[in-house]
Amino acid sequence: MAELNIDAVAGPAWGGGVAPFATNTKKLGMWLFLLSDSLTFSTAILAYAYVRLSSANWPRPFEIYPAIANATFLTFILLSSSLTMVMAVAAAHRNEVKKAVIYILLTAVGGIAFVGLHMMEWFRLFAEGVTPWSNKWGDPLFGGTFFGLTGLHMLHVSIGVIYLCIIATGFGRRKFNADHVEVSGLYWHFVDLVWMFIFPMVYLMSVNLKS
Amino acid sequence: MSTHGTSTIEAHHGPTNKLFIWVWVWLCVLTGIEVLLAYLRLDPHPMLVLLVGLSLIKSALIVAYFMHLRFEKIGLFLVIVPSLVFCLVMILIFVFPDSLRIVHLHP
Repeated sequence: MAELNIDAVAGPAWGGGVAPFATNTKKLGMWLFLLSDSLTFSTAILAYAYVRLSSANWPRPFEIYPAIANATFLTFILLSSSLTMVMAVAAAHRNEVKKAVIYILLTAVGGIAFVGLHMMEWFRLFAEGVTPWSNKWGDPLFGGTFFGLTGLHMLHVSIGVIYLCIIATGFGRRKFNADHVEVSGLYWHFVDLVWMFIFPMVYLMSVNLKS
Repeated sequence: MSTHGTSTIEAHHGPTNKLFIWVWVWLCVLTGIEVLLAYLRLDPHPMLVLLVGLSLIKSALIVAYFMHLRFEKIGLFLVIVPSLVFCLVMILIFVFPDSLRIVHLHP
């Protein structure tokens, strides 16, 4: 089947034409999904801010070491995985299949490392008596909102890792093309973007001032 | 399913790996500044403003360069960004006054 040359039918910026966004349906669909998902995360972050503002007994439990150091390392992992992902997309568009697959798998490894380190932090908090239902440091909603927000993000990262593995396999076997890699990249960068808000709002704003 | 290699968006000539690495460096630097702010233990209000500002800059860099929105047609940008901003403003308008009212009820 012949490929549609999007740019040839796009027309001027305000003219509409056959393809007014000059993009394929997969990418437009992913952008619209990310738009809705960003509202989900925005609502979750705003709910966190709401209960925090409303609480007179909100804890600031995170020490610079190990909690903030660990969260900073998680941020570095996600940023680096975004870099490998964008290089995977560039390699895929250059039709460098092997290089693109390696970059995608490196990105997935970054995602696995992120989930593993984050789970270790969760278990450390469980051991200290903070769970989704209780919090020994003060307001019990701290546990609920913290685990709810970071858990929702971790779920997205985990789904992203599975998605990337499927894309790497399909692209390596020539069943997917560069557009599929680019669309999966959009999802991965979005997961990275969301963490850029969770990290400061949840961790940096909760640094223990007395330590 | 389309055949391999014939991407419909090969017109992306703009971004290079060098540019992506620079964006990554800037994102790391901005993250370092955020952590430094936490280490300095500023008052909550200026800290919140600075952190939200830095997060917005970082997210703009990710969307513009890593997600390629800077290199797409303006129509796609106009579909996505204004609608997101509108929804967020509506949430803020209807939720936060109530939250702040509760703060003032604390003894």
